[in-house]
Amino acid sequence: MPLEHHEVGDIFARYAPDRDSLIPLLQDVQERLQYLPSEALSAVAEYLQLSENDVYGVATFYAQFRFTPPGLHHIKVCEGTACHVRGSGHILEAITRTTGIAPGETTPDGRFSLERVACFGSCALAPVVVVDDKVYGRMTSAKTQRLIEESK
Amino acid sequence: MNFAARQQEAQEVWRAFAQPDKRRILVGSATCGRAAGSLEVLQAFREQLQAHGLEKDTALYEVGCLGMCYAEVLVEIRDQDGKRALYQGVEPRHVPQLVEEHLVKGEIYERLALAMMDEAQGKVPAFTELPMIAPQERIVLRNCGIIDPVNIDHYLARGGYSGMARSLFMTPDAVIEEMKASGLRGRGGAGFPTGVKWGFARATKAEQKYVICNADEGDPGAFMDRSVLEGDPHAVLEGLLIAGYAIGASIGYVYCRAEYPLAIERLQNGIAQMEQEGFLGENILGSGFNFSIRIKKGAGAFVCGEETSLMQSIEGKRGMPLSKPPFPAVSGLFGKPTNINNVETLASVSAIMEKGAEWYAGFGTEKSRGTKTFALAGKINRTGLVEVPMGVSLRTIVEEVGGGIPDGKQFKAVQTGGPSGGCIPARFIDLNVDYESLASVGSIMGSGGMIVIDDESCMVDMARYFLTFTENESCGKCVPCRMGTQHLLRILTSITEGRGRPEDLDTLRKIGDTMKNASLCGLGQTAANPVLTTLQYFEDEYRAHIDNHSCPAGACRALIDFAIDAKRCTGCGVCMRACPVAAISGEKKEPHLIDQELCIRCGSCRQACKFEAVLVS
Repeated sequence: MPLEHHEVGDIFARYAPDRDSLIPLLQDVQERLQYLPSEALSAVAEYLQLSENDVYGVATFYAQFRFTPPGLHHIKVCEGTACHVRGSGHILEAITRTTGIAPGETTPDGRFSLERVACFGSCALAPVVVVDDKVYGRMTSAKTQRLIEESK
Repeated sequence: MNFAARQQEAQEVWRAFAQPDKRRILVGSATCGRAAGSLEVLQAFREQLQAHGLEKDTALYEVGCLGMCYAEVLVEIRDQDGKRALYQGVEPRHVPQLVEEHLVKGEIYERLALAMMDEAQGKVPAFTELPMIAPQERIVLRNCGIIDPVNIDHYLARGGYSGMARSLFMTPDAVIEEMKASGLRGRGGAGFPTGVKWGFARATKAEQKYVICNADEGDPGAFMDRSVLEGDPHAVLEGLLIAGYAIGASIGYVYCRAEYPLAIERLQNGIAQMEQEGFLGENILGSGFNFSIRIKKGAGAFVCGEETSLMQSIEGKRGMPLSKPPFPAVSGLFGKPTNINNVETLASVSAIMEKGAEWYAGFGTEKSRGTKTFALAGKINRTGLVEVPMGVSLRTIVEEVGGGIPDGKQFKAVQTGGPSGGCIPARFIDLNVDYESLASVGSIMGSGGMIVIDDESCMVDMARYFLTFTENESCGKCVPCRMGTQHLLRILTSITEGRGRPEDLDTLRKIGDTMKNASLCGLGQTAANPVLTTLQYFEDEYRAHIDNHSCPAGACRALIDFAIDAKRCTGCGVCMRACPVAAISGEKKEPHLIDQELCIRCGSCRQACKFEAVLVS
């Protein structure tokens, strides 16, 4: 799918074509498109006068950037220490059982995608699950399963 | 308007907020409060106030985090007589009664009351006497949960920016001397004296210098910086400005992780307010000092907490560390002299410049002055964010502040310093918490994550957990870290799966030592700490996995079986419904059975059983 310039052109206009604009640019483009299609990476490279290789290298270094579109509901499971001690592993399994996808994948119908996150910093409410940027604390496998059923 | 007049104006705003005869509701709405449902509670209050026609003369505010995360959602209600009560565990369904009882009738709703903010009343204790609060000393957290974090008047009225006003009319060298005299050491983990660090950056001559606030709080299990940024952003921004003045920098950066959207929002708001007040820009307060602050969002790389990687990331590159020297104080961001301090350090700086070095040095121990915040989490009753004077014992933190271990389980260890730190066994519970004491037992202060571990957690699995993290986050630039983390993880995984060999323990130690000595940056140099400290204190657990193929904590799945104790089982069927793979069978009121072939050892049955009838062997 070719990238229409109008989809991201106004984002470029916010930044000077300097190297240190690269990461903020990628962040804003991803916020708009939900992921970084290769056309977007090319456009960013051209704007900043960097090689595509260089831009791709930076984008793949950081966990935040994704290169495939997320599902309608994006589920993030916290794997921080407090969450680990309080059983986040079981929660991740429960999600995989319910949705049939592993971390990094999207369901074939495009409804759910799953991601592991190092730590949300809501450790006191561990274990934590984030669905579409809403934070759910003190989760159990059963509560998580219900949450997913309700979002279906 | 001069600064003194501006402060007076702010105090009037604060007095209106704090005046005792006006109804007021404060809802703790930092990220943790929101996760517990504070926004729904806030909405419920809005509706109830309207229903009672009280919306006009009741002020409703979102505030930051008081640090008592276990009791979220926390709500403070003040009635028209000035009686202030703090309620815990508030849900939308409680709101009608809270409004009716406390606001309308003026009676404390005792069922949810945690504390009275002023004096104890009846069965409800005073806030300052709560066991979680009494041992605390709040300097960094001075305003968190107390002020409205988006209102700069609140910050000003409580002494905010007077540290800036004072510093700008001292010489930069005098500010650095004051910082040295305070004894403040870097709160990001390494504990380097802040004043000395500033002195290095000041001494380098250059047209352009930078100061950076490291808000890339990456340690899993740590959330001190997030709470401060969300609850009191100006305390950090003021500290950054003072650091900039001291070293001679005109541009400051805040590098904040993208996982903290609310913190970023509060910072943006804070910076806009500073610009409006003339606290940023040119000739600040007529001092001739120019300063501006920019925010850079991290993009999810743990290694960017390391200062040279962080600067690479700001420059738009892969966040990989550089070898030192040159140190950032000589050649840092864009090749210019740069000073980096962490969030908590800067929030202390603003307090020190307001109240003086001598006041600050009065807290803590001789070598570790002041206070330290800790994110208390894991298997502990009162999880939360706490701030204690340096040198208090682990016992005070775990037993008094944290209220001990839940469900009658045994306290086994405390993990400090995250993936760079170590596990301190229970027998050191009387250890004083300061930089030197923690180092003496093989751990580190770190940024302040403190995870309490009970006898259900396996120490080999803990070590494996941290190595999974560091192996994943190793940037791959230097061989000792890249290969070392991979091999440590491979060996630890084989041990937790019952495939360990006796010689593995020596190999773990050798690899760990090599990584310590030969890695390029702090990530690799400390990544083996969780392995080395658990080996030092819990070698018997490692041996049980290797020699007996058993996991004493009952946590490593490949080595355990679940079974139902027929004597304890009441046949209620709860476990049967909880089992995700239908491995449990049995008639009603008859003991149930687990089919070992089907069982995936997820532990759901054990979690669900109210009679402790699910046994692990």
